[in-house]
Amino acid sequence: MNQVLLLARRSVTRTLRQPAMVVPSLIFPLLLLSINSSGLDSATRLPGFPADSYFQFALAIPFVQGALFSANSAGTNIASDIESGFLNRLSLTPLRRVSLMLGQLTGILALGLIQALTFVVVGLVFGDGIEAGPGGVVVLVLLSLTISLAFGAIGAFVALRAGNGEAVQGAFPLFFAVLFLSSMYLPRNLIDIGWFHTVATWNPVSYMLEGIRSLLLAGWDGEALALGFGCAGAVAAVAVTAASAALRTRMVRT
Amino acid sequence: MSRGSFLSAARAVSWRNIHIWVTNPVLLVPGLLFPLFFFTAFAGGLSRIDSVPGFDYDAGYTTFVYGFVLLQASTFGGVFSAFSVARDFESGFSRRLMLAATNRGGIVAGYWIAALVRAATNIAVVTLVALVAGLEIHGNGIDLIGLYTLALLMNAFALLFGTGVAMRLRTMQAGPAIQTPAFLLLFLAPVWVPYDLLTGWVQAAASVNPVTLMLEAGRGFLAGDPTRVLPAFSVVALLVAVSLLWARGGLRSAERVA
Repeated sequence: MNQVLLLARRSVTRTLRQPAMVVPSLIFPLLLLSINSSGLDSATRLPGFPADSYFQFALAIPFVQGALFSANSAGTNIASDIESGFLNRLSLTPLRRVSLMLGQLTGILALGLIQALTFVVVGLVFGDGIEAGPGGVVVLVLLSLTISLAFGAIGAFVALRAGNGEAVQGAFPLFFAVLFLSSMYLPRNLIDIGWFHTVATWNPVSYMLEGIRSLLLAGWDGEALALGFGCAGAVAAVAVTAASAALRTRMVRT
Repeated sequence: MSRGSFLSAARAVSWRNIHIWVTNPVLLVPGLLFPLFFFTAFAGGLSRIDSVPGFDYDAGYTTFVYGFVLLQASTFGGVFSAFSVARDFESGFSRRLMLAATNRGGIVAGYWIAALVRAATNIAVVTLVALVAGLEIHGNGIDLIGLYTLALLMNAFALLFGTGVAMRLRTMQAGPAIQTPAFLLLFLAPVWVPYDLLTGWVQAAASVNPVTLMLEAGRGFLAGDPTRVLPAFSVVALLVAVSLLWARGGLRSAERVA
């Protein structure tokens, strides 16, 4: 347990000490939120649009977009550990792979917490508040952390499979594709292009966004929250398992 | 300083950059994928926006979005090529190139040719996907020549601006300084809806953003209803001229340390 805590502390310190990892993951989602909410405010005039302001609707996007940056950060950190030989030295310790993996991802959870709290404050200051109230803020942060863990583990998996940071950077656009092919810009019932609607319906990111949106716009919606946590949790479980398996393969190689 | 040395430097630099780009998926794929992501997300996920009162564009929302993505694909062809300039400086290749080339203007021309090839490829892929997705072109041949000339001029502007930055900073860390202005220029414009439907600070920014003119002219060409053609070409020509001077200044700066 001590070793896991040491790894977690190292992961947190290392992530938060790199402004190049923290600042863009806050600035870019907020900049896009600002541009989207001004550029697409007229979408609120569509019949059936669930909010009076596009800002309030789009506020869910930074939570997921921030998590995508986490995937990049987690992957880059782990790739750096592989390239520097740190992971080889860790392989000599009796740590369990899943513990080692979760220790490595703690920094991403710390970053996810900073992101979530920042976006909540932005929503409270510039938006119409959070419909689900103070309890909703807690659930919102928990959901956001689960999403960060899910994407962070995917980033770790890519890094462990490829073994270098360049591959993680190369995979970054693919993470964004997943976000773009979701109900990011409009609710699914207002997407009238058939294939896009189908893709968005099968895309777990749509349910993560809708879970967050439910807390911001509707209050407490059990179904949306269950789907949001279910999808984020399932992706996190699969990704952590896959990353642990990739870690085993890498350790066997060394 | 013969024309031959200019051409041979341009040919060597352009061939090297095109070769590296084509044979390196990490460089090739993102440049192609990003415009496609944007096209897919906007044309697919936002198609209902054309039902908003006041949205008046006869050629349809897919065509409306294509007008933006075309400009974006072309601009980012220039931006990514400017990254190559920075990479060549960081690796030390440019220093050797500067010593070898008698006419260094040919070096910038070489990067420009590579950027044009990159943009043309990006445009071809995006256009193909857009046609499959239902792109309607109401304009005639002359309109299309106007449209693609406008896009390639934006590519030249982005490349020359980025080259100026890269030659001054001479490191890959110049990336954000090259990319961010291009990104802001493109997105602080009427990307998803016509100018009249923008609100807030983005509308204020779009009113003074030259890309607004180019988008409106481009969409006019696509709809077969050319609008604001002269102002758009005047502005883009001015941008290219200024960025050419900026790139020349960058070259002089790089020459001093070479």
